[in-house]
Amino acid sequence: MNYLWAFVIGGLICVIGQLLIDLTPVTPARILVGYVVGGVVLSALGWYQPLVELAGGGASVPLLGFGHLLAQGVREAVDAQGWLGAFLGGFTAASGGICASLIFGVFFALVAKSRDQN
Amino acid sequence: MNRKETLVLGQGAVIRAWASVGGKKEGEGPLSGEFDLVNGENSLGQDSWEQSECQLQQQCAELCLRKGEITPKEVDLTLGGDLQAQCTATAYAMRSLGTPYAGLYGACSTMAQGLALGACLSSSCLLPQVLVMTSSHFCTAEREFRTPLEYGGQRTPTAQWTATAAGACLLSPKGEGPRITALTFGRVVDLQITDINNMGAAMAPAAAQTILRHLKGRGTRPGDYDAIVTGDLGQVGSRLLHEILEGEGLPLPNHRDCGLMLYDLQTQQVGAGGSGAGCSASVLCAHFLPRLAAGEYRRVLFLSTGALMSQTTFLQGESIPGLAHAIELEGCI
Amino acid sequence: MDLTPERYQKMVKRANPSSPLGTHCLWAFGVGGAICTLGEGLRQLYLSLGWDQDAAGSLTSITLIGLSGLFTSLGLYQKLAVRAGAGTLVPITGFANAVISPAIEFKVEGMITGVGAKMFVIAGPVIVYGLTASWVWGLIYWATAQMGWGG
Repeated sequence: MNYLWAFVIGGLICVIGQLLIDLTPVTPARILVGYVVGGVVLSALGWYQPLVELAGGGASVPLLGFGHLLAQGVREAVDAQGWLGAFLGGFTAASGGICASLIFGVFFALVAKSRDQN
Repeated sequence: MNRKETLVLGQGAVIRAWASVGGKKEGEGPLSGEFDLVNGENSLGQDSWEQSECQLQQQCAELCLRKGEITPKEVDLTLGGDLQAQCTATAYAMRSLGTPYAGLYGACSTMAQGLALGACLSSSCLLPQVLVMTSSHFCTAEREFRTPLEYGGQRTPTAQWTATAAGACLLSPKGEGPRITALTFGRVVDLQITDINNMGAAMAPAAAQTILRHLKGRGTRPGDYDAIVTGDLGQVGSRLLHEILEGEGLPLPNHRDCGLMLYDLQTQQVGAGGSGAGCSASVLCAHFLPRLAAGEYRRVLFLSTGALMSQTTFLQGESIPGLAHAIELEGCI
Repeated sequence: MDLTPERYQKMVKRANPSSPLGTHCLWAFGVGGAICTLGEGLRQLYLSLGWDQDAAGSLTSITLIGLSGLFTSLGLYQKLAVRAGAGTLVPITGFANAVISPAIEFKVEGMITGVGAKMFVIAGPVIVYGLTASWVWGLIYWATAQMGWGG
């Protein structure tokens, strides 16, 4: 059941992105920024955690989940360290994803070559 | 209106020799058999895409000179350009060619721009032997104007596909071959199109205006030409060109667009058609010049259309200025 | 030729072909849903191996990013994205693709000035505004807690 929800919720979040691409002049780069900021806002309002509990990967894998992660991280850090937590919590929570992208970026830059699309 | 908008060259400049080179996708398209050379691999054995495009021009220039039976030493001037910043594909190709060189930037209008300037110089015997060439490469254009090649993005249906191709022409005052007999330099036209994925729409008004000015300057009708050829308006731009000209009471039944001829739009997934400086250059040299030489076409009006924005002006929200130059070609009778 | 920009915009709107919305959405739903389901599967796997919730989440992200890198380097992620659109853009694999593709592309301009400097040329704004938004939320959360409104 968990997997079904993951598929449906994750798919629907992507369909919203597709509608934005096809029906509005919003560019993909802006959609990504919008999703992350949107994730922070939804999480701050307390609306995103229930979705994660329902759909698991369906809510945490899309970039909305990345925003949720940032907001959660900040919240925990503020609880522990006061206002200083606003500076520390975001990067701490996102460190895994950002560092992995960076490491794999360097790795694949070393082993791979730019490819023609023709 | 006394000012001469259209220049008539009398005997004109002769296109003594020409060459066209294509890449992989171009070699799989409808014109595959008409290119002088098709590269099965778009890297052309080079380490960077920029070097590949440079190699593409070198191949094309050497082929053209060989077909014209002339050595680089006998060439008085090369006029050329490409889409890379600072026109480096051409400049670096000129390192080995070694002729006098003047670089041009007209975006995708470079071929008609070069031929128009070259025809003036050659037909007046100021600089008799003029080589005109240009190219574009899908991968260098993607890197410079869009996103990395491995980036996963969906193209909008109006987006066009930059051709990996080059074309070169050798002009002389005398000799055998199709002649450039008249020309009209375009004016920049900007009707506030800001969508960088809709170049056809940005360029169509410029093409329409140049066609109107040329026909008026020559006192001709579209039916006087076997074909009126535009460079890379693609599906959307061509549709708009027809609509604009029909509004002026001038339907164009004999219109051909190089961007629609280079690929099979049904099967090759090139969006609204081909584009790039090499698109009109290679289709002119692969398709139209041989037919003019064979007498199959007697008179062709050829336009290359350019969109003159940069990555910077686009990001600053500026609209896209369009430009189109026209040259009138007469075949061998 | 007297064509005003306003009139021309209307002509362009009519001339533009429309996107095949149904097909696009179906692809985005299928591929996006599949990537998320794969993520859920990985999470369950890591949980069953004894990792806690947070660690399993991080490991899932790292695995998906690695897979995205592999597909990106083989040119396959781009091929899938042509059809899947937002289905490959919105999941974390799309973020990874946006980091790894410029890294590969700009290698020819050097490891420092190419790979290092241009790696975040597309994905950078996501981090910039994600962190900015979370910082603002952190301060609001702290302020409301100070005033005794918060939980």
